[in-house]
Amino acid sequence: MPTAEQNEFSHGSVGVVRTQIIQFDSLTLEGGETITPLEIAYETYGTLNEKKDNAILVCHALSGDAHAAGFHEGDKRPGYWDFYIGPGKAFDTNRYFIISSNVIGGCKGSSGPLTINGKNGKPFQSTFPFVSIGDMVNAQEKLISHFGIHKLFAVAGGSMGGMQALQWSVAYPDRLKNCIVMASSSEHSAQQIAFNEVGRQAILSDPNWNQGLYTQENRPSKGLALARMMGHITYLSDEMMREKFGRKPPKGNIQSTDFAVGSYLIYQGESFVDRFDANSYIYVTKALDHFSLGTGKELTKVLAKVRCRFLVVAYTSDWLYPPYQSEEIVKSLEVNAVPVSFVELNNPAGHDSFLLPSDQQDSILRDFLSSTDEGVFL
Amino acid sequence: MNIHTNETLGLDLKNRPDISYIANLVKPGERVLDLGCGYGELMLILKNKGVRVQGIEKDDKCIIQCVKKSLYVHHGDIDDGLKHHLDHSFDFVILNQTIQQTLNPGQIIKECLRIGKQVIIVFPNFSHWQIRSSILLSGKTPVTELMPFHWYDTPNLHYLSGKDFEDFCDFERIKVLHRAFFNRTRQIKLFPNLFATLALFVIRA
Repeated sequence: MPTAEQNEFSHGSVGVVRTQIIQFDSLTLEGGETITPLEIAYETYGTLNEKKDNAILVCHALSGDAHAAGFHEGDKRPGYWDFYIGPGKAFDTNRYFIISSNVIGGCKGSSGPLTINGKNGKPFQSTFPFVSIGDMVNAQEKLISHFGIHKLFAVAGGSMGGMQALQWSVAYPDRLKNCIVMASSSEHSAQQIAFNEVGRQAILSDPNWNQGLYTQENRPSKGLALARMMGHITYLSDEMMREKFGRKPPKGNIQSTDFAVGSYLIYQGESFVDRFDANSYIYVTKALDHFSLGTGKELTKVLAKVRCRFLVVAYTSDWLYPPYQSEEIVKSLEVNAVPVSFVELNNPAGHDSFLLPSDQQDSILRDFLSSTDEGVFL
Repeated sequence: MNIHTNETLGLDLKNRPDISYIANLVKPGERVLDLGCGYGELMLILKNKGVRVQGIEKDDKCIIQCVKKSLYVHHGDIDDGLKHHLDHSFDFVILNQTIQQTLNPGQIIKECLRIGKQVIIVFPNFSHWQIRSSILLSGKTPVTELMPFHWYDTPNLHYLSGKDFEDFCDFERIKVLHRAFFNRTRQIKLFPNLFATLALFVIRA
């Protein structure tokens, strides 16, 4: 088992964990269709207290899953947010009960395109119904209720996770005390939709695509890898890439990639194919693109419902979800006199910053959660 | 000359007469916007009094300290971060030693008068006798306890006196509700423009 020293922060690890799957009768989607049964993959860390008021729901981003902290049996790398979740860490498992669930529409255990359709014994694939961010949150609500939790201490997430957290605050205003939105937005801009569209078109143009009804042996892997390569560019910053790869031009080579950044992206694309499903990529990116709480006055009106405290974090180097989008959320909350702290961190890592270790981020998350304010007053 | 950083200046805020003066003006439950809230010392005093206070600050380190104090802060620049606030949505807007550091103070004061029912402005009094004599005798830009910076490293873009501010309010037909002058330890009532290091005005549109 990995030791604490292997962590970048000198705190502990939640140790070995296992993803669980829970089944509910059904979930009616915003589009009117019903998922029967509803399955949710989740992990928990820490202990739910007697009053059931110390639970934090952690929402994952596009390609994430329920594995947020600790190690799966035999794994060398911990869950994606292990820097921040664990005993003594910002999301302190000695104090809080952390729940991390996989979104529906994904491919890591929750109901989605890989789920077997009871009617024909085959995976739904592209016949799975359209899923929205609202649906993902409604599914999480079932999971929370299963634990007997009425009010979450906090909902937190970055990127798509931030959108889920935001959706929680308006869909279930009385069921969360704190909302943490990082590197996120109240709706995608045309540019963000454009990036996702290129990714989807890469999958759609793969010779193996077959309208999403591909076999597992002949998957549209090339298309999915291209989609990931495209996405990956947007997750990093110019500065980060320059530092990591520079130009490093060896002898010109027309037949294959000859730049370090090229091989890196190819590697990222290829390894992504092993852990993600092309249909899910399309379902989840569509959910992202369709999500909209509006901007400006419209957003202000929507956010009038919220009843929790907010922490909004943006990153100067994030060009995929630029800080102005976070500030838009903050301003709309401020107009509604919602208690909100807005921090723009100057981490160089671009959109991915929220996932990476940072003393400043650690301290902000920790201190925001630690303050025992009831959030009634500003 | 003992040079203070913003951080050390903030530590002994609690015993400062100007801070007590502000704290006495604001009542529990009222909403306050503190522009350029720094490390949040004033906000904390007000919050502990039951005031609903939020701040804006552009310095990273300050923001992190404010979050630590469980205060609500907006990381941004007041030169362009006030437009979204609705008319008269705050009981008080406070510019506590901030106005001299903004790019366009006249514009910001007008914006504050739109957002706040009342505006409290505190600034270093540039006509203090020590400053006057320093310029007169040494011929150099003064470096004082309250303005502990040199011409090349100062965040202060504007220098004004109590009288300058009175003139501004006259010209703009801004109503002065209260005026008070201080040095570090007490309120100054006699010849304040000469003897006060700090000037405080409460104004409304």
